[in-house]
Amino acid sequence: MDKSKKSKFITGLVITGIIVLLTLWGMIKTPYDPYAMDSGAKFAKVSFSHFFGCDQFGRDVFSRVLIGIRETMFIAASVVFIGVFFGTILGMITGYFGGWLDEILMRFNDAMLAFPSILLALVIIGIFGPGKYQLIAALGIAFIPSFARVVRGEVLKIRNLDYVLSVKLYGASDLRILVVHILPNLKTVLLSTVIIGFNNAVLAEAGMSYLGIGVQPPEPSLGRMLSEAQAYIYTSPMSAIFPGLVIVLMILGFSLLGDTVGKKH
Amino acid sequence: MRYALRKIATMFITLFFVSVIVFFSFSLIPGSPAMNKLGTEATPESIKALEHEMGLDRPVAERYGKWLLGVVRGDFGKSYSYNQPVTKLIADKLGATLLLSVMAIAITILVSIPLGIFMARKSDTKLDIFLSGFNQLIMAVPSFFSGILITLIFGVVLRVFVPGGYISYKTSLIRCIGYLVFPAFAIALPKISMVSKLLKDTVMAESGKDYVRTAYSRGNRTKSVFYKHVLFNALIPVITFLGMAFADIIAGSIIVEQVFSVPGMGRILLSSISGRDYPVIEAIILLLAFFVVLSNLIVDLLYHKFDPRINV
Repeated sequence: MDKSKKSKFITGLVITGIIVLLTLWGMIKTPYDPYAMDSGAKFAKVSFSHFFGCDQFGRDVFSRVLIGIRETMFIAASVVFIGVFFGTILGMITGYFGGWLDEILMRFNDAMLAFPSILLALVIIGIFGPGKYQLIAALGIAFIPSFARVVRGEVLKIRNLDYVLSVKLYGASDLRILVVHILPNLKTVLLSTVIIGFNNAVLAEAGMSYLGIGVQPPEPSLGRMLSEAQAYIYTSPMSAIFPGLVIVLMILGFSLLGDTVGKKH
Repeated sequence: MRYALRKIATMFITLFFVSVIVFFSFSLIPGSPAMNKLGTEATPESIKALEHEMGLDRPVAERYGKWLLGVVRGDFGKSYSYNQPVTKLIADKLGATLLLSVMAIAITILVSIPLGIFMARKSDTKLDIFLSGFNQLIMAVPSFFSGILITLIFGVVLRVFVPGGYISYKTSLIRCIGYLVFPAFAIALPKISMVSKLLKDTVMAESGKDYVRTAYSRGNRTKSVFYKHVLFNALIPVITFLGMAFADIIAGSIIVEQVFSVPGMGRILLSSISGRDYPVIEAIILLLAFFVVLSNLIVDLLYHKFDPRINV
């Protein structure tokens, strides 16, 4: 690893570490009740008692950001899980067996890949209706094609390697070859795809919640906090800036890691 | 020419599939649109009557056929909640979204290509390292947040424009463009950093190739080698990326429109999602799909022109 790559990796690791710590903090306890409204603290400035100030209802922005990070991480992790799980199964089957099934599924896959995942997710939300779990399902489905393509490409390469051919000669079943001999070799490729997928999921979640079709109020989410604070941008710009900066940090951390991990072993 | 025809045929086949998938998935949703429209007070008879009026009592395949025939003629049916033709409802909103998207892609190209060339020529200097780091940061800023920051800096602090003061392109095209420049920049920013980084990387990769060394050894000047050989080849992957970016930009404008209160496709799409106004959602998705597929087509054709070996 050369020097600039190394410093990128370390920066990414530190930023992601901070985000993970904040997620854990949000899971254990927040400094204030994120739902408690306090009319006296309305639009309170940034101070030691309120790190990020207060919003239009006097709710502590820092506590809400902590919960928002937790929500975003939960949604992004679920989305990536759905995408990886079904994408890997689909990619392994089509890549390994080939034939007409591969032909049909990959045509469909390519057609889906041509559309931005946000657009796909919007279509699916249009069918399911708005909400947190609907958003997870929508983004999860929208993410399957990209994972399927990566896995398929890798399986195509591995399938004809000598060691796979020799276990085949020993009479190993297709299922055994796929699970025992091919799956473990997908690790490296999956690692960087998962990180990039995580990055995209955070971005998509924030965007959808900003539009009001993701996490529903009163539950805090980073995207929603931005859109709510935008109405008060003249009086209290800080309540918009902090949640936004946290989104930027999350994406920056994951993208730095994704750029440096795995790609070229 | 045959290549182009084949590509155009594929484009229509893709659109046909999109229309089938969209129409059928929306008719699978439980709950009748007639019931939504009439509310909880509705009697079974009045629901039946309205369903008959809306044609919902016909089989799905027949409704699809009718809908598709209408779509070909530019008629997307009637909106459930506004009681007017969908085409009329979305016509001028489509204009705003397209204008915004085209401006965003124009800004992306105009800024990122000179920037990418500049970064490649200054590679490994302090300036390049700074710009690369800055690029990495910009890529991580979602367009709706940069939109808010732009509103804050140029709208609230510097007062260059009035946030929310969108002027329709029908009233004054110039003032409309003057307003849309800000959202277009918000959409373009992350794309600018991606494209300039990509261009820099491909220029660097091309510069090391044998044909470049040959060109130098034949006594060509640095400038002519760079612009005639290296840049030409380095632009090929950039064009592919721009094509994909255009699809992204159309989708991104749906979000950024909300930041700048531009009455485009985004707002009506969102309100019809929450109002379950399926004809409007179907129409918007099909239109957006059309522009995505069209931009892919243009890229394929350009790609073919730049590199005739490509024949996919």
